[in-house]
Amino acid sequence: MILILLLFVFVLAAFLGFELISKVPSQLHTPLMSGSNAISGITIVGALIAAGRADGDTLALILGFCAVVLASINVVGGYLVTNRMLSMFQNKDKGGPS
Amino acid sequence: MNPTFDPDSWSPEATATMETISTASQGSALLTTVNLAYIIAAILFIFGLKLLSSARTAPRGNMISAAGMLLAVTVTLLDQQILSYTALAIGVVLGAAIGAVAAYKVRMTGMPEMVALFNGFGGMASLLVGWSEWHFLAGLPALAMTQPLAFSQSVIALAVLIGGITFTGSLMAFLKLSGRITGRAVVFRGQKLLNLAVAAVILGAIVAYVLTGQSGAAYPVFIGLLILALTLGVLGVLPIGGGDMPVVIALLNSLSGLAAAAAGFAISNTVLIVAGCLVGASGLILTVIMCKAMNRSLGNVLFSGFGSTASSGTKGAVQGEMKPIGCQDLYYVLEAANRVVFIPGYGMAVAQAQHLVRELGEILEHNCTEVCYAIHPVAGRMPGHMNVLLAEADVPYEQLMEMEPINAAMEQTDVAVVIGANDVVNPAASDDPTSPIYGMPIINAHQAKTVICLKRGQGAGFSGLQNELFFRENTRMYYGDAKSSIQNLVSEFKES
Repeated sequence: MILILLLFVFVLAAFLGFELISKVPSQLHTPLMSGSNAISGITIVGALIAAGRADGDTLALILGFCAVVLASINVVGGYLVTNRMLSMFQNKDKGGPS
Repeated sequence: MNPTFDPDSWSPEATATMETISTASQGSALLTTVNLAYIIAAILFIFGLKLLSSARTAPRGNMISAAGMLLAVTVTLLDQQILSYTALAIGVVLGAAIGAVAAYKVRMTGMPEMVALFNGFGGMASLLVGWSEWHFLAGLPALAMTQPLAFSQSVIALAVLIGGITFTGSLMAFLKLSGRITGRAVVFRGQKLLNLAVAAVILGAIVAYVLTGQSGAAYPVFIGLLILALTLGVLGVLPIGGGDMPVVIALLNSLSGLAAAAAGFAISNTVLIVAGCLVGASGLILTVIMCKAMNRSLGNVLFSGFGSTASSGTKGAVQGEMKPIGCQDLYYVLEAANRVVFIPGYGMAVAQAQHLVRELGEILEHNCTEVCYAIHPVAGRMPGHMNVLLAEADVPYEQLMEMEPINAAMEQTDVAVVIGANDVVNPAASDDPTSPIYGMPIINAHQAKTVICLKRGQGAGFSGLQNELFFRENTRMYYGDAKSSIQNLVSEFKES
């Protein structure tokens, strides 16, 4: 039953994703890509659980730790770089009408 | 508490039972809280993505999405499976520091390789989550499993497969984009056969792994699968040339999301599934948009080895010669023009010329010339690459034009200045059916009264095609490094 529910969630999210993104103008494709890239760093949640429960098991701890580091780079770097890009676009909008 | 509880009947076992019950109910209350927080996180991601669709709301969207991430991470720390926080704290701080430094130090021209690298890290993290889940599953009694074993194994295998391809594929893209290895397509005999064989062996390994069950015997198969996945990522990106990178980066972006979703299935975590799938869908849409902008199918981009040969296609059909123009003459041409369109390409990014281009544009505007910038969807090395560069250089947003409106106005344009772009202005795409890029929508620079092409040398572009535009009667070549060429022009304007 859990399995079916998870698949159900997956399918709905796929349709939602298509609906959301098809309206993004081409000027914003790069920030969209790095922003969604940061979201894919959500795997950090799995990494935290994997690293946290690996008590005493060295290999599991190493795997989990590496996963946490990589996912953190992905999340933090992704959001910051997106923010940096978007702030450049923002200046243009304020500068335009004035 | 039980209302009929009688203190006289007190026994150690009874207390023990009661404690078990109360921790269990606390546990399920906590689980509900965590899952509710995950739902909120998912909503924040969705709103964040929605707000990204306009330049005005996009920064807020990014913040909202980051808040969702923070929420998801915070509540995950409450998870009762987590026994020790030391490794987590060190890992997060280390990763965050590296990510922050990278994000602030990267130049806007280096954005495609940065995004590729981040992408690869995300994919690798999903692979590691899958691998570690293998260990967890191996140590778990069959009764404690929440999902059928074969399902768990399949999704672990998928997380490892997609994560592995994303990781090495992104690394290859990073190396190609940063020029550490050749950006050209690398093809060799039997390449397709080899890739097909690797893919078939991977499929076989997954089936063997699931059939063997979660035993020690399956471990070598599992590790083999992991190595093959990493290999396939390298092999897959090898035959793809630099100009096709927008498609590859978009596709890898999609895969990194799908890897996270597969990891989410492996650990039965809804927020991973939702967020991963959103990214998977968005990456796929971008991939399709990029393919359409080149009038090619995804299969053609991935497997054809496009641009591997230095000369192919319609070389003989090009007639005439390239006519160079000097700085001084070009100054007079631009000085007299009423309407100038700049058409930037990857060459402008390589030369870091965007700031000077903007300066030239401003000078022209002061000279009462109408200036705008024509952006082809696949100009550069990632979707929207040119927009980011010109935005960095403070080019007004309304001067950035998309392909269709600019083409409609091209005939009224006095001068089209092509800066480091090649295939996206090649007229062969519209009038030579034998050309490999025939059918690709282009910016019709050749319809302008005069075309100026900034180019480093006389070589062909990324696709290996001779560009007929360079030989046209109304075209003048302005040779040299884009940055110093434009610098010279700007000084010419300032002196007079």
